[in-house]
Amino acid sequence: MKKSVFLGTVTAATLLAGMGMAQEGSTLAQVKERDELNCGVNTGLVGFAAPDASGNWTGFDIAYCRALAAAVLGDPNKIKFVPTTGQTRFTALSSGEVDVLARNSTWTYSRDTDLKLDFVGVNYYDGQGFMVNRDLGVTSAKELDGATICIQTGTTTELNLADYFRANNMAYTPVNIDSNAEGEQQYMAGACDAYTTDASGLAATRAAFADPENHIILPEIISKEPLGPAVRHGDSNWGDIARWTLNALVAAEEYGVTSRNIEELVRSSENPEVQRLLGTTDELGAMIGLDAEWARRAILANGNYGEIFAANIGEQTPIGLARGLNAQWTQGGLLYAPPFR
Amino acid sequence: MSDTHAQTVAFVRDTMLPAAAPPIRESGAVRWLRENLFSGPVNSILTVLGLLILWFLVATFWDWFAHSVWNASSLTECREIISATWGPDARGACFAVIRERWNQYLFGFYPQHLYWRPTMTFGLLMVALAPVLFSASLTIRRVVLAITTLVTLWAMVVLGAPAGWLVFAAIVLATGLILSERNIAWMLPFSIVYPLLGVWFLWGGTLWGPIFVLVGPALGWVAWRLLSRLSPLLATVAAIVVTLIFWLVLAGDAARDAEGLLSLSIESVRSDRFGGFLLSLTIGVAGIALSLPLGIVLALARQSDMFLIKSLSVVFIEFIRGVPLITLLFVASLLLNYFLPPGTTFDIILRVIIMVTLFAAAYMAEVIRGGLAALPKGQYEAADALGLDYWKAQRLIVLPQALKISIPGIVSTFIGMFKDTTLVTFVGLYDPLKSMSDAVRANVEWKGIYWEPFIFVGGIFFLICFGMSRYSMYLERRLQRDHR
Repeated sequence: MKKSVFLGTVTAATLLAGMGMAQEGSTLAQVKERDELNCGVNTGLVGFAAPDASGNWTGFDIAYCRALAAAVLGDPNKIKFVPTTGQTRFTALSSGEVDVLARNSTWTYSRDTDLKLDFVGVNYYDGQGFMVNRDLGVTSAKELDGATICIQTGTTTELNLADYFRANNMAYTPVNIDSNAEGEQQYMAGACDAYTTDASGLAATRAAFADPENHIILPEIISKEPLGPAVRHGDSNWGDIARWTLNALVAAEEYGVTSRNIEELVRSSENPEVQRLLGTTDELGAMIGLDAEWARRAILANGNYGEIFAANIGEQTPIGLARGLNAQWTQGGLLYAPPFR
Repeated sequence: MSDTHAQTVAFVRDTMLPAAAPPIRESGAVRWLRENLFSGPVNSILTVLGLLILWFLVATFWDWFAHSVWNASSLTECREIISATWGPDARGACFAVIRERWNQYLFGFYPQHLYWRPTMTFGLLMVALAPVLFSASLTIRRVVLAITTLVTLWAMVVLGAPAGWLVFAAIVLATGLILSERNIAWMLPFSIVYPLLGVWFLWGGTLWGPIFVLVGPALGWVAWRLLSRLSPLLATVAAIVVTLIFWLVLAGDAARDAEGLLSLSIESVRSDRFGGFLLSLTIGVAGIALSLPLGIVLALARQSDMFLIKSLSVVFIEFIRGVPLITLLFVASLLLNYFLPPGTTFDIILRVIIMVTLFAAAYMAEVIRGGLAALPKGQYEAADALGLDYWKAQRLIVLPQALKISIPGIVSTFIGMFKDTTLVTFVGLYDPLKSMSDAVRANVEWKGIYWEPFIFVGGIFFLICFGMSRYSMYLERRLQRDHR
């Protein structure tokens, strides 16, 4: 009884605080007044977010933050990257410490509803895979019955693994690890037969091995991990801005708008969709509280979706990810930006 | 009769034998080995086991260390160099990551052209600490300050400090050296203003901020002087209230206005640029400096006869000690944001320092309470018999002895707290051990590197903690008053 009273009080206090925040006014106004976008990012994940030797952030998620800052504030560098851990990321967003969270977070039902987040789209379709040593002689995840598996605790991958093995009526022994670096060490030291995490992470990990040819990534992808940026519940306009910035990057690739030819297309494009996207006709920007050239700046910041992908995690980089599901819908992928109209 | 035995004794020696060398097993290295390593069957076995373990460690890791690579721009390049030099199957350490990223391990994301500022800050820290830590020995002071001066100035020149600041640092350091030769107590004023100066050097911004922070207690002192004739209690309360009101209401605006009149600004650096050992040392030094006085106050409060003060102190200490530090850090970083008005920016490092200080202070209070309890009751009674009031008795009789007894415990708490600063990784700050290494590994060039950063960071932590531990032993020796 006492406990429920206490919990009730805490809930009430949280709700009150949340309402206070909601009444505070639009995130867009706050960002503009601050003249800086607070973007929650990973403390460090190869290809997605990493500070270099002089402290400049680069990566796939970082590029989205920069595009958003460029769209809203006109400068991709008016941005403060707030590194968040797996434990602090959603609280940092809901407490208002960051305006947007671009931290390779999986869009799930409970996060979208119970945690009161709004995922504004998917910027990377990932899925959980397995990596094993070639000497193990395993070619399919179905053959992993009885294996010891290195698994990062407190992530969705842990739950997916349990689901998959139960569904296939197999047994496994988990070796719990705390971070990717530790997982690599355990796997290399032979503490586990297989290492499981998102396929993008596996590819990056394997690329860093001294002997990548001795390790294979099994073909089974056992889960859906749509990674995307998220904003708080309760400010739909800000959510729209975040969503359509992402859509603008995707649409730009679809229509062949790149950071190199954009100036030319602004002058000469005959495609009405491109004209609307780049703000030469209609006033789409005004509908979300921005100027007409917002999408132009977002694309100019790091290029369109394809350019961002190629520069950070694509096949020309050491990580070497193929587009796969992340190709445009016209290329057999899942990227499908709604029309700009 | 005297020569009765003359025939039976064949030889009587009339000179001393020359001193012979002791038997081999009783001298030199053999004796030392026998006494220290092989003094019995159990010890002999342990010695052999120890040697075996040592041999095993060296045999396992020697080639790894011997094949260290210091010049490379990525892990792949390291591996290429190792396999080219020592054969394809050789393994080796890739310390090139330290060479490439040492600046981030030391300074985090602090702007590179301002690296001289933290360097100067910690150089001047030694000057500020000298009168506190090395008040007794001129020789030690001289050595410490001379080394500090040389190292600080050299580092500032290397890091490209502007000439004006070089001169400033040189003047302060030289003044410290001269004063320490004359009368060390004259340096105390610098020690008192140092915390504010240090904050200003590290974070930058306007100097008027720290100045007006100082004005607060000054006004409080004035209030205390004016009212102390009427009632000491009223005066104390008024002093505290005046100080707080000035800080909360006036100081910010006053600093802004003064800045408008006369600009005393240096480039400001935000808290999110702090990282690595700069962050650890900032939190550690601030926590150490604040938790000791707070701990003393809490310990005294817990010993107090006044019920309210005693209960508050007990509740505080037991609550803080019963909660893990990580919980407090999460509260500082996340929960506070819910309760503070939106838009309030309450510096994250400041929040962490407060939590770390409270945490260390609770432990400190118990350590010091142990010291207080160890004092014979006669000491308290003697203080009373001399007619000293409470504060004088504590200051002159009780605390000097109690603190002396508690030194090992106090320093243990300090060392533990300094190492705990790495826990800030959980609230997204870049501690040198985990977050910074993860950030470095997040770059494609260094992904897969593991032990080298741990060895480097662990080495530096060891140096600092070992230094603290040696200092505490020196202090114990110096303060030894009994004859054992």
